[in-house]
Amino acid sequence: MGLFSKKNKEALNTPLFKENPVTVQVLGICSALAVTSKLEPAIVMGLSVTIIVAMANVIISLIRNTIPMRIRIIVQLVVVAALVTLVSEVLKAFAYDVSVQLSVYIGLIITNCILMGRLEAFAMQNGPWSSFLDGIGNGVGYAMILVIVAFFRELFGSGTLFNYPIVEKLGLYDCGYLNNGLMLMTPAAFILIACIIWYQRAKDKSLQEK
Amino acid sequence: MKFLRNYLNKIKPNFEEGGKLHAFRSLFDGFETFLFVPDDTSKSGVNIHDAIDSKRIMSLVVLALVPALLVGMYNIGLQNALAAGTAETTGWFEMFVFGLLVTLPKIVVSYVVGLGIEFTVAQWKNEEIHEGFLVSGILIPMIVPVGCPLWILALATAFAVIFAKEVFGGTGMNIVNVALIARAFIFFAYPSVISGDTVWVATESILGFGSDVAVDGYTCATALQHVANGVEVVGASGAQLSVCDMLFGFMPGSIGETSVVAIALGALLLLWTGVASWKTMLSVFVGGIVMLFVFADRLPEAMPFWQHLLLGGFCFGAVFMATDPVTSARTEVGKYIYGFGIGAMTILIRVLNPGYPEGMMLAILLMNVVAPFIDYCVVQSNVNARAKRLTKKN
Repeated sequence: MGLFSKKNKEALNTPLFKENPVTVQVLGICSALAVTSKLEPAIVMGLSVTIIVAMANVIISLIRNTIPMRIRIIVQLVVVAALVTLVSEVLKAFAYDVSVQLSVYIGLIITNCILMGRLEAFAMQNGPWSSFLDGIGNGVGYAMILVIVAFFRELFGSGTLFNYPIVEKLGLYDCGYLNNGLMLMTPAAFILIACIIWYQRAKDKSLQEK
Repeated sequence: MKFLRNYLNKIKPNFEEGGKLHAFRSLFDGFETFLFVPDDTSKSGVNIHDAIDSKRIMSLVVLALVPALLVGMYNIGLQNALAAGTAETTGWFEMFVFGLLVTLPKIVVSYVVGLGIEFTVAQWKNEEIHEGFLVSGILIPMIVPVGCPLWILALATAFAVIFAKEVFGGTGMNIVNVALIARAFIFFAYPSVISGDTVWVATESILGFGSDVAVDGYTCATALQHVANGVEVVGASGAQLSVCDMLFGFMPGSIGETSVVAIALGALLLLWTGVASWKTMLSVFVGGIVMLFVFADRLPEAMPFWQHLLLGGFCFGAVFMATDPVTSARTEVGKYIYGFGIGAMTILIRVLNPGYPEGMMLAILLMNVVAPFIDYCVVQSNVNARAKRLTKKN
């Protein structure tokens, strides 16, 4: 089987759009609401989840034949917990400000449904390379939605992008423009995600329920 | 009338399939059915239609809103004059014209944005135009402060029509009150234009009417804000508000909500024509009064408890918002529970949360969401009672 055979390509591609973990499977919503009020933490969060899903997928896929079925959830949790702790420590060491902003949500990656879902549904049945691609695909699919939501929330809620005061530089405040406080609240993330889902389903008829 | 009908008949072919103005079919259809009751009859079976259709009901509600709107316009001019200290020298007509000039752009913006979206959706989905926005369009400008910028009003209207109404399937399908969603949007997104003590009085003169008020020279909170702050309830001139002011609505507040008398006139029309339910209206007030007795010791000493019912949007909400037939409970028993909940929640929010001096909007929105559940419980309890009776007999 080639490195980028049809199946492997599918493992990487489908989670980006057709099987997007956030907009189609509606997983990982909690963190998508919590960390998306600014772009920077959203990107770090998306990156962290991508790395953790990919690594966990590879590790579980490597040892999948030796895990007794009865205790597989515990084994998966241990692997994920170890990876989450690693990422959390790395962030604290090298990106302290962001890790403070993300606070408990880095630790809560362990409860992110995307992780357990991918481990159970994919890594337990597939080889390490396709599991890795599947992890990357799902992580990027998740991160993509986070970044889109965070872009709109930061731009309209705080008037900044990556903390650069873009609205102020454009001089919109002098024309009577005000920041939208609703965008900083979590309901705005719900509405934005709903809009993305709306757009996606309008484009892709196969996603519409009958 | 005959002339209008003939004219409509003459231009009608242009809007039909293949006509040159087919793109504006829904617009024509909307106006035609608004002016004349459509004479469509059902094609099969026996059906009984009410003689009055929803476009006629909506027009009645708009008519009922007119007194409150007119008094609101006058009040805008009056508050402006009081704040500027020129109340003695300004005539009532000047005040009214000033209020009209302030309010008119808001009404126009609300209708243009809301109807624009409705017409577009109707045309796009090849549906008939829904008439629901007729009422929402006039309600939205009436429940915002005079200081609300037009672009925020437009944004809020668009948000409410799209996310509170169209995504649920249009008029009659919305679960929460569209006008209140517009207000809630402003309330949470731009709190600075809908709370505080500078937005309730117009400060700039228009076309020579009204007076300029120095922005940093005055503060003018709503009566309920004074209540929440635990200070004396005063008007724009700094004098204490009398019960008479509260009844006639000569106090700072959202445009249409202040005058109890004008709202009562509208309420009479709604009740007389049977458009609104007296059960809902009555139980809102009962709920409010019961809660006021419960919290009697937390209310300000100087103010008799019943004045709470005259202030803010209590009456306006009870008469025009709570009775919205789409979002309120439909069962007769449910209406009592629904109304009681609104009144009780309003006072609860006002008394217990100093951050929200006005509780009507949040209370109605909350009960809108609960209304289907109330109906479900009422229907189920009836079903259960009858099932019990059946098994007893056997």
